[in-house]
Amino acid sequence: MTRVTVKVDGSSYTDDVEPRTLLVHYLREQLGKTGTVVGCDTGNCGACTVHLDGRSVKACSVLAVQADGHEVTTIEGLATNGQLHPMQQAFHENHALQCGYCTPGMIMQSIDLLAENPDPTEDQIRLGLEGNLCRCTGYQNIVRAVKAAAGGAK
Amino acid sequence: MTSTQERPAAEIGAPRKRKEDARLITGRTRWTDNVVLPGMLHLAMVRSPFAHARILGIDTEAAENAPGVMAVLIGTDLADEQGALPNAWAVVPEQKAPTHPSMAVDHVAFAGEIVAMVVARTAAEADDAAELVDVDYEELPPALDLKASAADEVLAHPDLGTNVSAVWTFDSAESGTGQDVDAAIATARESGIVIEREIRQQRLIPAFMEPRSIVVDPTAEQLTVWSATQVPHFVRIFIALVLGIPEHKIRVIAPDVGGGFGGKLQFTPEEVLTVIAARRTGKPCKYSESRSESLMSAHHGRDQVQKVTLAATKDGTVTGFKAELLADMGAYLGLVTSAIPLLGALMYNGIYKFPAYRLTFTNVFTNKTWTDAYRGAGRPEATFAIERLMDELAAEVGADPLEIRERNWIKHEEFPFDTVTGMRYDSGNYEAATAKAKELFGYDALRAEQRRRRESGDPVQLGIGVSTYTEMCGLAPSRWLGSMGYVGGGWEHASVRMLPTGKVEVITGTSPHGQGHETAWSQLVADRLGVAFEDVEVLHGDTQIAARGLDTYGSRSLAVGGMAVLAAADRVIEKAKPIAAQLLEANVDDLDFTGGRFGVRGTESGMSMGELAFAVFQGHKLDGSDVERSLDADATLDPDDFSFPHGTHLCATEVDTETGGVKIRSYVSVDDVGLVVNPLIVEGQVHGGLAQGIAQALFEEAVHDESGTLLTGSFVEYLVPSAADLPAFVTARTETPATTNQLGVKGVGEAGTIASTPAVVNAIVDAVRHLGVTDIPMPCSPYRVWKALQEGTRS
Repeated sequence: MTRVTVKVDGSSYTDDVEPRTLLVHYLREQLGKTGTVVGCDTGNCGACTVHLDGRSVKACSVLAVQADGHEVTTIEGLATNGQLHPMQQAFHENHALQCGYCTPGMIMQSIDLLAENPDPTEDQIRLGLEGNLCRCTGYQNIVRAVKAAAGGAK
Repeated sequence: MTSTQERPAAEIGAPRKRKEDARLITGRTRWTDNVVLPGMLHLAMVRSPFAHARILGIDTEAAENAPGVMAVLIGTDLADEQGALPNAWAVVPEQKAPTHPSMAVDHVAFAGEIVAMVVARTAAEADDAAELVDVDYEELPPALDLKASAADEVLAHPDLGTNVSAVWTFDSAESGTGQDVDAAIATARESGIVIEREIRQQRLIPAFMEPRSIVVDPTAEQLTVWSATQVPHFVRIFIALVLGIPEHKIRVIAPDVGGGFGGKLQFTPEEVLTVIAARRTGKPCKYSESRSESLMSAHHGRDQVQKVTLAATKDGTVTGFKAELLADMGAYLGLVTSAIPLLGALMYNGIYKFPAYRLTFTNVFTNKTWTDAYRGAGRPEATFAIERLMDELAAEVGADPLEIRERNWIKHEEFPFDTVTGMRYDSGNYEAATAKAKELFGYDALRAEQRRRRESGDPVQLGIGVSTYTEMCGLAPSRWLGSMGYVGGGWEHASVRMLPTGKVEVITGTSPHGQGHETAWSQLVADRLGVAFEDVEVLHGDTQIAARGLDTYGSRSLAVGGMAVLAAADRVIEKAKPIAAQLLEANVDDLDFTGGRFGVRGTESGMSMGELAFAVFQGHKLDGSDVERSLDADATLDPDDFSFPHGTHLCATEVDTETGGVKIRSYVSVDDVGLVVNPLIVEGQVHGGLAQGIAQALFEEAVHDESGTLLTGSFVEYLVPSAADLPAFVTARTETPATTNQLGVKGVGEAGTIASTPAVVNAIVDAVRHLGVTDIPMPCSPYRVWKALQEGTRS
């Protein structure tokens, strides 16, 4: 067991973890942050995407011990004072989700995408979301949502 | 005052944003894998690495002694207890099938079949111990190739004596719905056109985003089962039938479910085994599959060889159609594995008037993962075949593919139309959908550009693909299902509960997993009862709440389940009317119900549904023992017939003749799904359907090696498309109401998938037809396109 201290969604946690524990399992199983989900075992689907010190990572490809001393934001930490994050709002407004399983990761990645490029073209949005798979929407409304969020941020 | 009564806006047809989103965009979700119970144990499955083998022995000692392990179970431990997994559809009375155990006892028939199960304190401990289970296999030759297996060259189940499960035939001459197809083909060979093709519908994997997960709590009075399933009501019945647990002692909950696409229309070995583990240990047990396990063991889809023949006159009027299908069942029959080809078998005539028709399908066992429903289930195969052939016919005649289609399709004034397969298409307007699609697509301009590129010998050629489809959905009239050999019915159930404060609970027997029923059913009830959209709560997916239901698949939810909701709402109004009359001291015949209010005609007197609900709750002013003190109502609705959505899809592809690379330049779909309750949801269903159909055309294929190992066992190899792989779609609608339900709705869940695959392949072939290419197998990868170009140029 290894001791880690991680700030998650604004709260600080100190826990003993098995060194092999993936960040996503630490979040889900030890912290009860079940908003972040697991969709594959090869780092392809991006369903588990969270922010580590403000940048998106796939939480299945990061060990919990690597998050020691760092700050993690999950889908559950995005809304502030009951106000949805503009990207969450944009996903809702644009019907950018159906089953919703990929949605937490997709929203976290979309926020990162706009942080890097605040005014992306449609092609840039599509490329920027390449590491996040959605089986329901055909991506069209996700792209629309990201565009809308970019427009709203201006 | 000019305004009289404030009316709620019309909900049906409004692009309501979804109620479901609130929890899904904030992570406040209830996936099965989130469920944690006191003392819960975790399962890991040991799966056969071999496609076909005999189990000589299993050494579990090391696993049993591993840390945290409570039990290791193998097939011989469960032989009596586990029963056999069900197949619900005997397509012919003499259908053959091997016994389908949840855990293999002495014989494994596909790579991925469960041979042992570890029960441990944590998932990690279970996984670790599963690695220690030592299975001694004697490998057997696997039956893998579909055609060779149909000829019984190698037997998938030696005890069965054959790989052929069933042979099913429909012949229009024999059934009296049309003429003799062999005669039509013979005539066409002499003086017309005969198009013959062998089409491979590759094996696909549904690949829902949420892996399957099951939690079983045996400590409650009812055994409680959470499952990531499309069909909680089926699961309840089959746990009862297979494991002998009385049905009333079982509660099944499908909480938030992350997609299904037919892939979660199943009763699974993992569900049986998790129940058994919980029953044996007396503790709650959880099993959540990994993606790799999901891809190898959750049922696959499609996988057919289609030998098809189209006969026509010289001017392109179709005179007959014949199909001989081989359908790969995989190793076992799942719930409706056997019926997937059947669900398309009466639709190969598409939107056309064929005078003669014969279709035979042969269901064949192989040593691969069992197949079953995947979005479209039989109808994508049918649509692909006929729409590919219509393009080939157009090429042969030298006419525009839309002209050839129009020459053969059913005209809008000819509905209702009895087809050559005995189906009755209730409504449709193929002319309108096609005209709209042509305009949005810029058909004539793209054809002109195509000519220019051909003439200039551009290395990047442009192709235009057409798909004018229809499909049968809204499963289904129970009488039809019964006549076709299915054991269940096709009705749906709903309840509407009027709460004392005027709020409304709607209980539906459908079980959504992304379709937005909470939103759409709220719209239906808000409109019908005149209550606010926000005041309606839709409950589903828990057999303790939605006691009766037949769940979600086959584009049935709105056309069957939604209509049951409306029927229940209508009954609420029927029940309310005499009570309102009593309270308003009026004659029933003098009451109007509009905008949620009962009013006495010609007076100001009236009361709202909410006021009535409270008055009924109080009961103070109700007279007579025959007046029930409740407005709640149930309805069970069995549809009269299927619904037949249709549409015209046009796809433009750019094909790089030097690399074989394909780019979809534009895609237009015009779909006619009848009346639309929520256009946002409908558009989303079409987008997602298009993505999956395009993925079959271009990317996805489950590939096995010569030993039967799945090579596409992760998302590294199984190419679910990303945002960067797909184009933006232009979607539009025409609206020809169905006549088979009270609102005129049709299904939409599968239409996009059914229509799009042939549109894309037709576009690719169209781009390079002048280079000698007349077919390209799916998925049309750059290599396959390049290879077809090389062969085309040589010939």
